[in-house]
Amino acid sequence: MRLDLGDAFAALIEWLENNFEPLLDAITIAIGATIEGLEQALLFLPSWVMILLFTLLAWWVASRGVAAFSLIGFTLLENVEFTLFGLDVAFGMGLWELTMQTLALIVTSTLLSLLIGIPIGIWAAKNDVVDTVTRPILDFMQTMPAFVYLIPAVVLFSLGEVPGVIATFIFATPPCVRLTNLGIRQVSEEAVEAAQSFGSTPRQLLFKVELPMALPTILAGINQTVLLALSMVVIAALIGAGGLGEPVVEGIQQLRIGIGFEGGLAIVILAIFLDRVTQAIGEKAGTTTQAATG
Amino acid sequence: MAIIEVEGLWKIFGGNPERARTLAKEGKSKAEVKAETDSVIAVNDANFGVREQEIFVVMGLSGSGKSTLLRCVNRLIEPTFGAVKVHGEEVTAFDEDRLRELRRTKMSMVFQNFGLFPHRTVMGNVEYGLEVAGMDRGQRREKAQQSLELVGLDGYGDSQTSELSGGMQQRVGLARALVNDPEILLMDEAFSALDPLIRADMQNELLELQEQWDPACTILFITHDLDEALKMGDRIAIMKDGGIAQIGTPTEILTEPADEYVRSFVENVDRTKIVPARTVMRDLRDDETVPADGPSVSPHTPIAELLPTLLDADGPLAVRDSDGPLRGVVSQEAVMKEVVENADGARRREARAGRTEEEPETAVA
Repeated sequence: MRLDLGDAFAALIEWLENNFEPLLDAITIAIGATIEGLEQALLFLPSWVMILLFTLLAWWVASRGVAAFSLIGFTLLENVEFTLFGLDVAFGMGLWELTMQTLALIVTSTLLSLLIGIPIGIWAAKNDVVDTVTRPILDFMQTMPAFVYLIPAVVLFSLGEVPGVIATFIFATPPCVRLTNLGIRQVSEEAVEAAQSFGSTPRQLLFKVELPMALPTILAGINQTVLLALSMVVIAALIGAGGLGEPVVEGIQQLRIGIGFEGGLAIVILAIFLDRVTQAIGEKAGTTTQAATG
Repeated sequence: MAIIEVEGLWKIFGGNPERARTLAKEGKSKAEVKAETDSVIAVNDANFGVREQEIFVVMGLSGSGKSTLLRCVNRLIEPTFGAVKVHGEEVTAFDEDRLRELRRTKMSMVFQNFGLFPHRTVMGNVEYGLEVAGMDRGQRREKAQQSLELVGLDGYGDSQTSELSGGMQQRVGLARALVNDPEILLMDEAFSALDPLIRADMQNELLELQEQWDPACTILFITHDLDEALKMGDRIAIMKDGGIAQIGTPTEILTEPADEYVRSFVENVDRTKIVPARTVMRDLRDDETVPADGPSVSPHTPIAELLPTLLDADGPLAVRDSDGPLRGVVSQEAVMKEVVENADGARRREARAGRTEEEPETAVA
C-alpha cells in the first residue's frame, strides 16, 4: 500500500469544494464586495487629491521626510503632463489605477488577517495548548512556497482577486498571530496581578490592560503582515488578481524589461510608504506604553 | 477580633500535593519532599489571625514563601489546602463574582515593583479599581483626586507614570490601592525597591496615614527587611521555608526568639535604634502631669533618637500623635531598662564570638 500525501491533499480540497459550496460562495461574495468597494473608494477622488491625502497622512503619523517621499513617489506612479514655458513635459509611469487595485487587495487581506489573526493570537497567549498547536501550523503557513497556495485557492475560489486575497491572507497572517501572542505574554506579571487584585473581570483585564500594553508589539506584527501581503502581489497576479503584479508578469512573459521595472518600482514605492506609516503608528503607541515598563 | 484568619494554609506547586503534605507533616524537609514527590512546598501549614486595624508584618528571606502566602489571601494564587477567612467568611470558598466583589470593595494590594499601568496617566491608574467596579466618571475622578492628595501627589493626575521617580510611582501604587477605602491593605515588599531615604519617608508616612484614618486600614505587610518589620509591625510573623517560625510583637521577637533561626536573625539588631517609643510607653499616672507645650516625641520614634529629648525633659516624656493627642509617656527608667537589655545582648554576642575565635587555640594546646 502506498500513502500519497499529495493525492490526499487534493482529495481534501475536492471534498471541501463539493461539500462547502454555499460557504465558499459566501466568502467569495464578501471578499469580492469588500475589495470592489475599497477599489472604487480609492479611485473615486482624482489622483492628485489622493496623492495629497497620502502625503498629509505620512506627514501626520510619520515625518516630513516620509511625506516628501510619498509626494514624489505617488506622483511618479501617475501620469503627469504639463506645459512649461511653451514646452510640453510628460513623466510618470501611469500605474495609478493598478496601484490602487493593489492597495485595495492589501488592505482587504490585511483586514482579514487582523480579524482572524488577533483573536487567535489572544487565545494562544491565554492557553498553552493552543500556543503549542498553532506554532507548527504558523511555521507551515509561512515557509510553504507561496506559489503553492495559488492552486487550491483557484480550485476553491476560481480566478481573480478573491483567491488572490485568500492566498495572501494565508501567507501574511502568521506574524500577526505570533506578535499578538508575544505582546500579551510580555505584559508584566505585576500589572496583570494588579488588574486582577482590583477586581477586573477577564474581559476588563484583556481590554483595559493586556491589549493596550501589548499594542506596540501587535502593531509591529501588523506592519510585517502588510509587507508580507505586498510581497504576494506579483504571485497573486498569476491568477488574475490584477494590480501592480500585472506589469511585472507581463514583463516576464514578453521579456519587456521596461514594463517589468516600472511595475517593480511601483511596488517598492508602495512598500516603503506602507512600512514607514505603519511603523510610525507603532512607535507612537510605543512611546506612551513602553517607556514605563522598565 | 481577627479580621483575617489564615487556617492550615498550604501552597504546594506541582507533583503530588497530598503526598507532599503528608511527608512534610512527618517532618521531612523541603528538599526531601521535592526529591520524593517533585512537589515544591511554598507555604507550609500557615496559621495566624490579623487583628482589626493592626499592621501585621510577615518577614522572611527570599524563597521563604511570604509573597505566595500574601497572594493566597486575595487568591491571586489559589491555596492548595486550608482556608482564608475575612470577617469570618471563607474567602477560599468564594466563587468568581464574590471574590471580585471582595477585591473591589474590601481588599487591595500594593506591589513591590509598583505594577502600574504605563498606558494610563497617574489619574487613570488611581481610578482603575473604581472604573472596573462600574463607578461613573465624575464620581471616580473625585475619589481618585482625594486619594492622590492623601499620598501627596496633588497636581500629578495628568502626568505619565514613567515621568515619576520610584518613590512617587509607589505613591501612585498606594493611592490606587486606597481609592476604594479598603478595609484591608496587602503590601508586597512595597518599599523594598526604593532608595533607603525614600523608603524611610514612605514608612513614616504610611504609619502616620494609618493613624489618621478612621477607621484605620488593617495592613498585611510583607518584607525581607528585619528593621522594616520591627519598625512597621504591631505584630510580626517570621517565616522560614514556607512555615511560620514565630509570631509576636517586635519586643517579643527581640527578647524571646522562639528558635535558633529567629535568634540568629535578631541577635545583631541594635534594639535601641528599632524599638519605638510606643513599646516602652505607659499611660500617664494620676500624680503626674506633662506640659501641653513641652517636648514630645511621636510613638514611632526609636529609643536611641528620643534619648536627648528625654534627658532634657523634667520627668516623663510625652508621646503624642502627629496631630497632638497624648498617647502616653516614656519614663527614664523604662528607657534605661531597654538600653541595658540591649547592652546585655551585645555583650553576650561578643562573648560568643570571642569563644568561637578562641577555639582553634584550645585545640592546639
